[in-house]
Amino acid sequence: MRDVAVIGIGMTKFGELWERSFRELVAEAGIEAIIDAGIEGKDIDAMYIGGMSSGGFVQQEHVAPLAIEVAGLEDFHIPSTRVEGACASGGMAVHQGYIAVASGIHDIVLVGGAEKMTDVVGTEATNVLASAADREWEAFFGMTFPGLYALMARYHMHKYGTTPEQLASVAVKNHYNGSMNPKAQFNRRISIEDVLASPMVADPLHLLDCSPITDGAAAAILAPVEIAKKYTDKIVKIIASTQASDTISLHSRKRFDALPAAIHAAKNAYKQAGIEPKDIDLAEVHDCFTIAEIMAIEDLGFFERGKGGKATEEGLTSLNGEIPINTSGGLKSKGHPVGATGVAQINEIVSQLRGEAKERQVKDAEIGLTHNVGGSGGTAVVHILEVV
Amino acid sequence: MAVPRYWREIPARYNLIGNKCTVCGNIYFPPRAICPICRRKSFGKMVDYKLKGTGVVESYTIIHVPPPHFEGEEPYIMALIKLDEGPYITAQIVDCDEKDVHIGMRVKATFRRIMDDGEKGAIYYGYKFIKE
Ligand SMILES: [Zn+2]
Repeated sequence: MRDVAVIGIGMTKFGELWERSFRELVAEAGIEAIIDAGIEGKDIDAMYIGGMSSGGFVQQEHVAPLAIEVAGLEDFHIPSTRVEGACASGGMAVHQGYIAVASGIHDIVLVGGAEKMTDVVGTEATNVLASAADREWEAFFGMTFPGLYALMARYHMHKYGTTPEQLASVAVKNHYNGSMNPKAQFNRRISIEDVLASPMVADPLHLLDCSPITDGAAAAILAPVEIAKKYTDKIVKIIASTQASDTISLHSRKRFDALPAAIHAAKNAYKQAGIEPKDIDLAEVHDCFTIAEIMAIEDLGFFERGKGGKATEEGLTSLNGEIPINTSGGLKSKGHPVGATGVAQINEIVSQLRGEAKERQVKDAEIGLTHNVGGSGGTAVVHILEVV
Repeated sequence: MAVPRYWREIPARYNLIGNKCTVCGNIYFPPRAICPICRRKSFGKMVDYKLKGTGVVESYTIIHVPPPHFEGEEPYIMALIKLDEGPYITAQIVDCDEKDVHIGMRVKATFRRIMDDGEKGAIYYGYKFIKE
């Protein structure tokens, strides 16, 4: 196994980008990453593209070669593979790219993710997203995606005394961070009262407990560390890349106060990196709903089970806290174009570790973690990056 | 969506028929092809098992933003229910005020209309739960 580095990052602005097409988004993120890496398109040996449902959102499947065409790379005939794992598709694309480079099969790999979610109208986006849940045994009966996380939220509240205010404090923090991110969908700061006064989506989750519907794309260039040295002196190494699975349906899981797949992926990631949770300087976690961030910081071992809400409320996860979480604004404020999210998380950690996060910069950040979840926890992907 | 797809699941949805692994005795709902404990030893040894349809609410939510086929029915209660035989099930709770539903509430299954598929003109039936 070879050591793998991230040598380039790129992403579009996230948001409701009605004037822009799926193809344009893919092109912009890819080109930005290629330029950032200092490579040329012809140097790329393979691509892995994360996407949840381009079919559902823009009626276009087979997007892996489409990305090749968009990039103008068809004459090189390199392999391009779409990776799908609902909202974890992007993280899985990074994981596949990592495996390809670490194994020695490919040298320079572009990993990316894209989703164009605002081209469908009304409740159709809810319907497409519900296909990340169990269609036959959850969605069929009227369950929604926010509804599944609402079940976990209520369970967590009942078991540990987590409060609606603690849930809201996740959104407040992430909007604060996102207000300093020019690529975020929302730059607006919000208060606990704003969250609690926003309409209910799935009780106890309000609208402002939920990540939005977003258009966007993100990309990164991976290379073996030996080759990376040719392109940059500030090497950001992937010191762990893990993926884990669980049942697609929530009701078939062993527990409802945590995501066992995330616990498993995290445990293996710490083992692979040879570090412990306390060694992590900052993390981008999958806050598709506020309760998801609370469970994430517990699943990742940053806080004791049941204490995630209190820790957030006390500011331990804020930009200047003990362990800053979602400095980008997270899915909540930066936006959540599902297939792009896992790659966008890598973008944030790499820019933090390079010291290029400007106003959001975490001081002396050396080791960062990303946590990307598919569905209600059927898939989890964890990456740990270190600047060397 | 094609209608036959939903016919396949009718026995389970109409009569709450799960299955039982005859190797270890565990009961599953929805029915599984393979028992996750016994795996290959259970293949071909899973038998239908009719559930009583009684259980307890482990968690619940009130859906205010519904999926397309449920538009106009909101708000409605969806719950995670632990059936007395062991498996958990996701289902709607009806004939119950949203202020009355609580964790620990005893419920029982009832047979109801789930949704209409406007395009295909089909009506789908299945289980919902009411207070026991
Ligand atoms: Zn068994």
